[in-house]
Amino acid sequence: MHKYIIRRILQFIPMLFLITIVVFALAKAAPGDVLSGERLDPNIPAEVYDMRREALGLNDHITVQYWNWLSSVATGDLGTSMQYTGRSVAELINARVMNTVYLSLFALGVTLAFAIPIGIYSATRKYSLFDYGATTFAFLGLATPNFFAGLLAIYVFGFMLGWFPSQGTVSTVGLSGMELFLDKLKHLVLPGFTLGLASTASYMRYMRTEILEVKGSDFIRTAKAKGLSNHSVLYKHTLRNALLPIITLLGLEFGTLLSGAIITERVFSYPGLGQLFLTSVQNRDYPVIMAINLILAITILIGNLLADIFYAVVDPRIRYD
Amino acid sequence: METDLQKNLNLDPKNNGMKAEKSLSPFQLAMRRFLKNKLAIIGIVILSVFVLVAIFADQIATHDPIQYNMTNIEGKASSEHWLGTDRSGRDNFSRLVYGSRISLTVGFSAMLFTVLIGVTLGSLAGYYGGKIDSLIMRITDLMLILPFLLFVLTIIAILERINITIFIVIIAMTSWPNLTRIIRATFLSLREKEFILGARSIGASDFRIIFKHFLPNAIGPIIVNATLMMATMIIIESGLSFIGFGIPQPTPTWGNMITEATNLRMLEGNPEAWLPPGLAILLTVLSINFIGDGLRDAFDPKSNY
Repeated sequence: MHKYIIRRILQFIPMLFLITIVVFALAKAAPGDVLSGERLDPNIPAEVYDMRREALGLNDHITVQYWNWLSSVATGDLGTSMQYTGRSVAELINARVMNTVYLSLFALGVTLAFAIPIGIYSATRKYSLFDYGATTFAFLGLATPNFFAGLLAIYVFGFMLGWFPSQGTVSTVGLSGMELFLDKLKHLVLPGFTLGLASTASYMRYMRTEILEVKGSDFIRTAKAKGLSNHSVLYKHTLRNALLPIITLLGLEFGTLLSGAIITERVFSYPGLGQLFLTSVQNRDYPVIMAINLILAITILIGNLLADIFYAVVDPRIRYD
Repeated sequence: METDLQKNLNLDPKNNGMKAEKSLSPFQLAMRRFLKNKLAIIGIVILSVFVLVAIFADQIATHDPIQYNMTNIEGKASSEHWLGTDRSGRDNFSRLVYGSRISLTVGFSAMLFTVLIGVTLGSLAGYYGGKIDSLIMRITDLMLILPFLLFVLTIIAILERINITIFIVIIAMTSWPNLTRIIRATFLSLREKEFILGARSIGASDFRIIFKHFLPNAIGPIIVNATLMMATMIIIESGLSFIGFGIPQPTPTWGNMITEATNLRMLEGNPEAWLPPGLAILLTVLSINFIGDGLRDAFDPKSNY
């Protein structure tokens, strides 16, 4: 198993490099560069423009450019934004990244809190009214586009019932301590549930299927034959085994959540990475676009790695060679 | 006079019922199981309604869907405009009707193109194995790591200007990896089967083996995944159009129509403008998913979903 984990980490490194190459290639494919604006300025003579290009290394061989870019990224220098002149990309991202993290964690919490109990209950009462209800909800949840669910949530819970705020992260400036925390939490409810809807629906189904599958296996029959109580068979034997693949899937869920956050944040005017990304795409602010791509791809890569390692650690039945 | 009982018992020794009924192919058996699935039939009925609306859009629509009218913007529902008008005074009902045409066509074409890429790469990887396989699988792994929506939006940002064709190509170029993996896995499971060995030993060409022996045996997973993918494509198109990076305005798509609701005044005051296209997407995706699940149960009766 240790060998497997080491090998898995070794596979992670070339993948990381591949991702940086893809992002760098995309950045190069994007029209214009840092100096495009100056080229259009008639007051700047062509020689000055050429000199600055040379100084910035834009005339270097592509591999040299890649290496220079990579070393600056490794030290946390992600370049400067084109839309917010003079502000560094790292600064812009830092200001918003935690909002997206909160939103994703909230959605993940919603998914776990609902999908697992409902899935268990559905599986233990297969084809009951509850099971059919849960299945209907799952079908609807998977068929509703994220943004439409968000608009419905704003319309019903924001406007008609007025229970939750539907825009931004805080109501007024100047809140602090517990008040600020509760206010932020309130603002997370609608976008969080919206973002978690689709994954709740699919994990509910996974959970149900997984439990039904484990229930049919030999070791469950043995446990029942030993005379264990239904409760103990379900929670000690079935659930433990059924949860394994679910937890692994969660490692992969990160990417889906972060991607989904782009559209959810737009619907709720929620100032996170997704919002920054969309305004950057609108304004063709390539340094920001590439930086967010890079950060999210690496996050997903790490999520996958952790999921694989976790699975190897907790499930001794699986032999890796 | 032959009675019904006699007919059913097949007392005639020359026609014992075995000969008369030709044995069914696995595909026909699957179709038989499929047609017994109630949800799938409901799905087919709902989807047919949308397809008919798309085909007869010219007859059903009451207005020109792209004709703007600045004197009547954001109008409420009325006898003239059944679902009101949008921010440019275009008739929402007609846009909804024509939207079905664009949304279904884009969803279908994107699915078809993705399946083409996915099946080709999956077949090559699964059939040839070795270096071709590892190359294709490394690219697949890489594509799966890249956050899908971000990647698509980045390409859209680089291309600057997009139209329907480019949009479909971008979506297809980024959506194939899952299908490729499934097809490859199916091919790998077939590789060591005797009939493949038989075909090889009589000297059939690679091309012939892939098309005559592998693909027909992989038809189940291909059809199921293609169907479910069309639903995904419709959601992706509507999502990208909604945030303004999909099919450019004024072309009516359901996602484009819901963009109206980003204006809070419209969201609160004119639900008739954004609710119907949203429900249209929901119903279409739901019915396609019903059909897809029905097909999966039909092709793989053991599956537990």
